[in-house]
Formats: sequence, structure tokens, C-alpha cells
Amino acid sequence: MTVSSRSPDVIVVGAGVIGAACAAALSLNGLRVMLLDADFAGGGSTGVAMGHIVVLDDSDAQLALTARSRTLWTELAPGLPRDCEDERRGTLWIAATDAELAAARDRGRVLAMHGVETAILNERELARQEPHLRAGLAGALFVPDDRVLYPPAATRHLVRLAQARGATLREGCAVEAIVAGGVTVRERGGASSTIASAVVVNAAGVDAPILTPGLPIVPRKGHLIITDRYPGLCSSQLVELGYLASAHGAGGASTAFNVQPRATGQMLIGSSRELVGRDRGINEPVLRAMVRRAVDFLPDLANCSILRTWTGFRPATPDNLPLIGRWDPIDGLWIAAGHEGLGITTALATAEIITAGILSQASPISPLPFSPMRTMHPGAAELN
Amino acid sequence: MAALIEIVIDGERHQVVEGMPLAAALLRLGVTTFRTSVQGEPRAPVCGMGTCFECRVTVAGRAHQRSCLIPCSAGLIVETRHA
Repeated sequence: MTVSSRSPDVIVVGAGVIGAACAAALSLNGLRVMLLDADFAGGGSTGVAMGHIVVLDDSDAQLALTARSRTLWTELAPGLPRDCEDERRGTLWIAATDAELAAARDRGRVLAMHGVETAILNERELARQEPHLRAGLAGALFVPDDRVLYPPAATRHLVRLAQARGATLREGCAVEAIVAGGVTVRERGGASSTIASAVVVNAAGVDAPILTPGLPIVPRKGHLIITDRYPGLCSSQLVELGYLASAHGAGGASTAFNVQPRATGQMLIGSSRELVGRDRGINEPVLRAMVRRAVDFLPDLANCSILRTWTGFRPATPDNLPLIGRWDPIDGLWIAAGHEGLGITTALATAEIITAGILSQASPISPLPFSPMRTMHPGAAELN
Repeated sequence: MAALIEIVIDGERHQVVEGMPLAAALLRLGVTTFRTSVQGEPRAPVCGMGTCFECRVTVAGRAHQRSCLIPCSAGLIVETRHA
């Protein structure tokens, strides 16, 4: 019996931004990668995401991962094709009250300690930078190096980088099971077959627990709105500081002001969070609350036309950190999933951790806080 | 005969027929670029009945108004060639 020369070193399950980034990083490091997707590359949560590359500091681990990944996106930026609509827009964390502005100063100091450039704007400076915001806001924390991009196009670019290094992409190829030594798949309209590979990366997002039972990932639904083109209505990604308080609120639906200027002059309006299983329908009360919140901060939005609204599912974990690393119960299985609303931001650093792990090399940031095994050994995440 | 009224197009006053669709009035005045597409191309009406969205102009400061659906009325302030 001969070993097929076509057998991959690594199978990556799921061609969203996480799987595509893993495929690109593994391929660039000389591994033969096969990237599988039940539908098509960038067709899941990636394709309905906002595309905000943002440094967040809910925890030291999250700050390390988001900052590292933003650095990697910034390095990649000059090579991104135009259709990725990559722009260094910066994020304005808007403080409505003096108390929020004081909290913003504290956050700014934490970010600065980790090498993230920030600036505090007072009421007058904020009004000058974003004249369409309502009057009387206390100020803002500005993070100028945050970016926006168009996630499905960026994902296609990462797939092409992988393919240029010999990776293969199979779309319409649903993985039915991950087993030690490979996967079983069913091609669209075809029969089941087995593909052998010593290493498998489960990057299937909200579907990851279907293939790896025990992964603590649940779909957290969000709504997005896109407007017609109104160039100049805002120039940075605008997010209310209250966002962090509501973003991880358990229980019922929460909404927060989050508006993103696109290269076309359109605006994406978010955001909402709900735990309602896999119900994709528009929740009109939630959508109305989102619009009211947006108009409250940016009154001129009331005169803008909405082109389309849609929903998507963030792959959420109980501790708001992604699951990145080896999954001990199955030999050769690695997990790269559960990135909630930060999958676009953290895709490149996730790929770096996965690649270093598979190659038994040191990764630039500690992988320990992200180990999927922390969910089986409570406390493991505190080893950092 | 319908009355002639005055509207302002890109800062200039023009006499138009009251009640005529704004798109028709603009075409009669020789306007060829109603708006600019996302790729920067000039755009002008196609359907004339509110379906194609090609005839959008800014009216009274509100962007993306379909000029084929707006009757001309005295004092209308219109801007063309916007995004």
C-alpha cells in the first residue's frame, strides 16, 4: 500500500475567516492544507459580520489576542485587494457622561500600557471630529489604529493566499464527523467518504460543537442594518462606551449604539445580542430599539434610507474567550472556534497560535488562556 | 396651462412647470448627471416610475430622493451629482 501524495497534512473544517486564516498560515509554513466548507468560503457568520478590527480589553488575554491580531491585519493591509475595503478608520468609544469619560480615561491608560495608541477627546474635540453626533456628549476614547474591512472579501483573499501555497479548497463538502486520523465528508449530491489526515482543525464556528460534542459554544444572534450612501455622516467607527456593559449581558436581548462607515459611504448600524437558538428571523422590537439608539446618538440617521437588514450568529463561549488549541479527547484534533463577535479581528492571531501549536513552536502570545481544555479543567484559563 | 414656478437646482434658479415630475423637469433643463454611482459614474433616470433608483437627487437636504416621484413645487431646493 502506498501513501497518497495528495493526502493533506492538515484538514481545516470551515472556510470562514478563522478557517481561511488558519489555512493561509499553515500553508505559508509549508504544510499541505485541505480546507473544507459545507457551503462556501465566507458564507457563514463571516459573511454577515460587521468587519470591525478592534482592540478590546475585557481581559488581559483578550487584549493580547486582539492587539496582536490587529497588528497582523495592519501588516497584511497593503496587500489586501480593493474589494476588501480595508480602511484605518479608528474607533471612537463615546462617553455620554462624565463618569463614562473617566472610565474611558482608565481604559485608555490600560491600552497605552500595552502599546495601543489612544487619545481622549473632550466634548468640543469630539464634536469637531464627528460633527453629526448629538450635542452634549461628554467626550470619547479614540483608538486611531482600529480598522474596518469587508469580511467575506478578506476571507477569499486568505483562501487565495493558502491556495497559492498549494492548499486545496473544497466547497459544498460537509464534514459529517471528525475522527482520529481524519474526517468523513459528504459532497453535495454525493456519497460519504473518508479523508485521512493526521491533524484536523475544527474551525466550524457555531457548528463546531456539532462536530466536537462538549465544546461550550452557543449562537448569540445579532442584527445589522446597512444604509444607502451618505458620505461624511461619520468618519470613524462609533461605539457607545456602554457597549461593553451590554455586550455580554446574559438573559434577554440587549442593544447598543455601534455605527461603522464603509468605503462606499454606506453605514452599517448595530448592534443587538440575543440568545434565541437558531431563529434567523428579524426581531422587529429589537431592530426598532437598535435604530432608536442609533438615532439618539447620530440624529441625522433619521433621514437615511435603510437598504437591508439581516441577522447572524456569533459563536459565543461562557467566558467570552475563544477556544484555540489542542482538544485532548481526540488525537490530532485542534479547535479554532468560539470567537463570538471578534472572529474577524482575532482570526490572524488565532491562526498564528494554531500554526505554532501544530508545529510545536512558541507563539508570540501565550496560548494557555485560550485552551479549549479549560472548559474541562476549570481554572486552566488562569494559568496565564 | 399649468403654472410656471421657480425651483433651485445646484444653486441656480430655474422656471419649471408646477406638478411636473422633478426628473422630467431636470431632463428638460438638460441635466444629464442626476447622481454619481459608487464607482464614480454618472447616472440618470431609466424607468421613470420609482423602480430603478437611478434618478436619485438630494431634495431639501435629504439625499437619495427619487426625482421621478417628486412633483415640482415652488421653492424646491435640488442638488445633483451626489454619491
